Amino acid sequence: MNKAIGNRKTLSDRIFGFAILALSILIFVIILYPLWFIVIASISNSNLVNLGQVKFWPKDIRFYGYQQIIEDTRIWRGYLNTLIYVLAGTALNMVVTMPAAYALSRRGFKARNKVMFYFVFTMFFSGGLVPTYMTISSLNLISTKTILIIFVAVNTYNLIIARTFIENSIPEDLYEAAILDGCSHFAYFTKVVVPLSKAVNSVLVLYYAVYHWNDYFNALVYNSKQENAPLQIVLREILLLNQAFASGNGGVQGGYGQSSADQVKYAVIIVSTLPILCVYPFVQKYFEKGVMIGAVKG
Amino acid sequence: MGSKNQTATANKSLGFRTKKYFEHNWQLWLMLLPAMLYILVFCYVPMYGIQLAFREYSFQTGITGGKWVGLKYFRQYFESPMFFSTLKNTFVISFWSIVVGFPAPIILAMIINQLRNKRWKKTVQTTVYIPYFISTVVMVSMINVMFANGSGVVGNFLKALHLVAADTNILGKESAFVPLYVLTGVWQAMGWNSIIYIAALSSVDTQLYDACKIDGANRWQTMLHIDFPAIVPTIMILLIMNMGNILNVGFDKVYLMQNSLNLGISQVISTYVYSVGVKSSQFSFGAAVGLFNTVINFFFLVVTNWISRRSTGTGLM
Repeated sequence: MNKAIGNRKTLSDRIFGFAILALSILIFVIILYPLWFIVIASISNSNLVNLGQVKFWPKDIRFYGYQQIIEDTRIWRGYLNTLIYVLAGTALNMVVTMPAAYALSRRGFKARNKVMFYFVFTMFFSGGLVPTYMTISSLNLISTKTILIIFVAVNTYNLIIARTFIENSIPEDLYEAAILDGCSHFAYFTKVVVPLSKAVNSVLVLYYAVYHWNDYFNALVYNSKQENAPLQIVLREILLLNQAFASGNGGVQGGYGQSSADQVKYAVIIVSTLPILCVYPFVQKYFEKGVMIGAVKG
Repeated sequence: MGSKNQTATANKSLGFRTKKYFEHNWQLWLMLLPAMLYILVFCYVPMYGIQLAFREYSFQTGITGGKWVGLKYFRQYFESPMFFSTLKNTFVISFWSIVVGFPAPIILAMIINQLRNKRWKKTVQTTVYIPYFISTVVMVSMINVMFANGSGVVGNFLKALHLVAADTNILGKESAFVPLYVLTGVWQAMGWNSIIYIAALSSVDTQLYDACKIDGANRWQTMLHIDFPAIVPTIMILLIMNMGNILNVGFDKVYLMQNSLNLGISQVISTYVYSVGVKSSQFSFGAAVGLFNTVINFFFLVVTNWISRRSTGTGLM
């Protein structure tokens, strides 16, 4: 049987297979090359980089950019702030989202459709930026660490993912048995639902953590204090607003100063993106799973 | 549910049952409380604050104390030259984002699905997801470096291929803004958005492929007549969701890509709201522009939802 099919491999199929392979290689290169270029540019002589002589391999290797970063306090303070926002923010997200998702997953809970509408409505209609800003301002939360931790404490989309998971993946029999034994919702939630929701928990932790890690909008709008600035804001200052590096450059003149500033940029990109890229291969399957769970709703 | 309650409480009194019901619901409400409270304060209170758009804002009286001015700020926006230009820019950017950005992950998923070598397939998949995790700030600075006039590698490569005129300053040219925004967006999100299609493709019944082979179809025909129809429902749902967001251009990337040379094409409604409403403290005017944007989006969503209900029987609401 197999042999028969193998023999039928026609010329057109060979061409097709070859074209697909060629296209996949092209896409692979297009995706990977910019990332690879940043890596080699961060350790090459930046004059050669600017002249376009660094293309595929690093040339005249030096670590000037990384040295500058180690000495720069802004980046480390940004890192520390981001770490606080990611850890505290994600913890708060989970503590708020999971119990609410559980309550909304109870089929016997009569108000659940109305409460769901209460959440879903905010996905489609909002007060807008200015009224939100005014609200936060009247709570005296502008330029505090608190607002950057609690902002978007619950994301409605993630809430739906969690609710769908609990509803579909945790057998209803368990609930009935637990209720018969006189188990309360609290006990059932903590002893049965949470341990059985590892998959969706990890998906949500990742979604929320990446959101906090990459967030710069909230910090841009709701915070103006330098000491609260997360990493992304610091990156924007260094990478996009071209603010000179605190140490070094002061006495360096002209072209050399600019080119070393460029090398710092490449290094900053690496240092700020590396943590996520290191974690990524280990969590990739959870991200894929998250997309699947979310798609059930659509 | 009914039968469950019957078996569970068949020989218990009505009073006990009622008591038990409230006991349970009280706990559910408590579990909902933090989330509902958050939504109340940060979503519904700002909605109440929308009235700011119809009032004169003053620092003494706060949001609700100013005097009513009716549609003054809306008129101010509609009559300003910024109205047409922000609306047009927003529309053009989202239009091209959908036209180019929507088919890309579908094509990618079909290519990945056709790869026969397992290890290479896995490698390609892992690689194309990576750019999604790059933050917008880093993404935009990568664009600035790669397309910089003179030293940008990718810019120079395109110039060498004569895809771009040799004397173009890609980052400073208005006509280059939209292609740059859209294509780098494809680079970043294509892989991530393909996940859902790859999943849909992997659930195609393998008997169909065998039947195709026996009928003498080649791989290209199989892809066209088996694979593609299999993902059409997924495509439709995602297309509707995308259409509903047509005037919802993300603030982050546009704002960061703005510079004095491309502002004519890169000032969209959301960045305009930020620059007039928050940065220059014209709170009432900013609220009015923001409300206009929200209402248009809401309208688009309701219309696309209605069309999808009529044509496919499924909707979001």
